[in-house]
Amino acid sequence: MAVVKADLGACQGYANCVVGAEDVFDIDDDGIVVLLKTTIADGDRTRVEEAARSCPVSALVVEDD
Amino acid sequence: MARTVIVGASVGGVRTAQALRAAGHEGEIMLVGEEAHLPYDKPPLSKAFLAGTATLESIALLTEGAAAEAGIDLVLGSAAVGLNRESGSIRLANGTSLPYDDLVVATGASARPSPWGPLHGLHAVRSLADAHALGAALRAGGPLVVIGAGFIGSEVAATASGMGVEEVTLVDPVPVPLSRVLDAEVAAVFGELHAGRGVRTRFGVGVAGIDETSSGLAVRLEDGTVLPAATVVVGIGAVPNDAWLRGSGIPVDGGVLCDSHNRSVADPQVWAVGDVARWWHPVHDRYVRLEHWTNAVEQAVCVAHNITHPDELRTHAPVEYVWSDQYDWKIQLVGRTGGDTHVRVEGADPEKFAVLYAEGGAFVGALTVNWPKALVTGRRVLSRAGAQPCSLGEVQALVEASRPAPRSAGAGAR
Repeated sequence: MAVVKADLGACQGYANCVVGAEDVFDIDDDGIVVLLKTTIADGDRTRVEEAARSCPVSALVVEDD
Repeated sequence: MARTVIVGASVGGVRTAQALRAAGHEGEIMLVGEEAHLPYDKPPLSKAFLAGTATLESIALLTEGAAAEAGIDLVLGSAAVGLNRESGSIRLANGTSLPYDDLVVATGASARPSPWGPLHGLHAVRSLADAHALGAALRAGGPLVVIGAGFIGSEVAATASGMGVEEVTLVDPVPVPLSRVLDAEVAAVFGELHAGRGVRTRFGVGVAGIDETSSGLAVRLEDGTVLPAATVVVGIGAVPNDAWLRGSGIPVDGGVLCDSHNRSVADPQVWAVGDVARWWHPVHDRYVRLEHWTNAVEQAVCVAHNITHPDELRTHAPVEYVWSDQYDWKIQLVGRTGGDTHVRVEGADPEKFAVLYAEGGAFVGALTVNWPKALVTGRRVLSRAGAQPCSLGEVQALVEASRPAPRSAGAGAR
């Protein structure tokens, strides 16, 4: 298992993460990322990591639980 | 064990290296960069880094530790100057050769050179050194003249204004800059934005020349106006860095010509990523070259997959996405803007809106201002795999539904 963390202060609403993994990330009315879940199953990890890495301001990390 | 050599250590090259490891590449990965600096990210160079609010550390793309951990060999301060496909090697400026099994060309693009020659006080913004030099010049004060009101020029004007530079003028020969991309009626709002924030605009008039004077520079416009300047920034586009491939037999035409898998049309061992790649877009059915951060990242993942999975090649068919941050405005474009029809949707306040574009009734792209949620709606519609085209009306309804209810005065609930 892995966990995903977001730096809400760094988020600029570029929304690449939402397109990469819309089951994990969303954007609120102010354009700030919302984590729909924080625990990531092993089978989803590569995909979610790729979505996290697509953040232009590196506001997202996926770490071992 | 197979060795992949990546030439170019900006976002496209770095992300290819990282994605190769993530995709299971077990051989050597060499990342060759012309600049001696560790890889850094470029979008902040015309914004936070220029303003001095971002540090080199905060814009790093890859640290030495992260490179070592991923098994990426950094070859920095080494420009590639030639490719010999017969021997399967590239030549570096210091005379050494690097053999490869797969070669990824990620050499990016350079600022289009100033037609007025190099002059003291004349700047471009493409590299860290450029941004350092320009930042120092701006801190010394104005006046500043920015030539070219595209995204880079507009960002520099906005950043300089935010830094307190007095007398910032933005010049562009096009009467309504960005009108080719956004439609003139829509694009006019950005001219108004600059004017409203105290940046003077001179649109629809070209630059006749730039003279050196006893006190700095003087920009002569074609209507006879002379704009004195301590600093001039030229932001008139970029040209792909493909000249080093000359004589290699790799076809280039304003970028490395690639098939829909991002592989050179002439050599299955040569790939291209980012600003330097001109690849066959399988949905648009034509060659496309994009200077977009997100495209470079997605293209890197595609190339890394294709190098490591030669029997399951993926095509690269991205939905275009680009952003620009100017003053306090967050400007985002998705898909193809332009089209034959557009509709403007108002957001929760007058500085939030979306413009939806359609062609033949089908939604093809959007511009959003200060409204990321509307952007996400448009991107979702366009990204849906195998999507049937959506009508403009359908997307308009979705975007309107994403508008938050107005916060009425006196509601007072806590």
